[in-house]
Amino acid sequence: MQMDQKFTDTTWPAAPEKATLEGKNKYLGFWLFLGGETVLFASLFATYLALKDKVPNADAALAKDIFDLPLTFVATMLLLTSSLTSVYAMYHMKNHDFKRMQAWLVVTVLLGAGFLGLEIYEFNHYVHEFHHTFTSSAFGSAFYTLVGFHGAHVAFGLLWITSLMLRNAGRGLNLYNAPKFYVASLYWHFIDVVWVFIFTVVYLMGMVG
Amino acid sequence: MVNERLNSANPSFDLKYRRKKNAEEMKHQVITFAMMIFFTLIAFAAVGFDFSKWFIKPVILLLAVVQVIFQLYYFMHMKHKGHNTIALFLFSGLAVGLLTVLTFLTIVWW
Repeated sequence: MQMDQKFTDTTWPAAPEKATLEGKNKYLGFWLFLGGETVLFASLFATYLALKDKVPNADAALAKDIFDLPLTFVATMLLLTSSLTSVYAMYHMKNHDFKRMQAWLVVTVLLGAGFLGLEIYEFNHYVHEFHHTFTSSAFGSAFYTLVGFHGAHVAFGLLWITSLMLRNAGRGLNLYNAPKFYVASLYWHFIDVVWVFIFTVVYLMGMVG
Repeated sequence: MVNERLNSANPSFDLKYRRKKNAEEMKHQVITFAMMIFFTLIAFAAVGFDFSKWFIKPVILLLAVVQVIFQLYYFMHMKHKGHNTIALFLFSGLAVGLLTVLTFLTIVWW
């Protein structure tokens, strides 16, 4: 089976992401990477939990002073919805519908960009309103490292999906790029998995005190 | 290869069947998503309504775990066959990660 072979709706395999050896290897290797990412984020969570509210003086802002429920809620909804839209994109990929897949990926990228915009606004707000910076306290360092690392993952995911869409815009779907799109969507779901714990452990538990 | 094994002698029939299966799976994904949104709403509402923190914390952590299971098994397809090696990778990572969290919570002090 040639990688750049042209397919029709009927000849397109049921699991295009795993139809070639390269696709299979990519899939397995990517999950190994996600296992490593789990360890990375768990270490950052551990650091945050150990250093939460550890500030140098009584005037410094604590978790319960700075977090805002509505803002976190909107950001969460944006990212959760973007996870569903990428599922829709992969649904159309399996149906060999390149245009619809691209359209849902555009929606995914827009929702992700909205999330990132809110996070930038939020960090800017903390720095200027509460003087809560990376160097202001151990709490600040741990917070920005954990949440910022997640934000950087979102930014990388946006660049990744956008480049895939642009690079393959003229090619259409084949067994060369189907695993690439599939793996990018797995990465996007993983970002959402990490966010579920961030909004629960950092924001919600932070607001409860 | 895989393609030849999956497609029967009547390709148009096969296509119809596959489309139907894909659509069914998509329907399950949307239901999963609705439940995830529902759990998120409960978690945010619990914090908004100001219950006791000894009640809120375990509940929202449990809701987060359920949501992550949904993501992994439905959105990331871990419920499908042939995901044993993948589960080994992920759960090894999780085991090391949880041990790190436990260690930091018990031995780091200020």
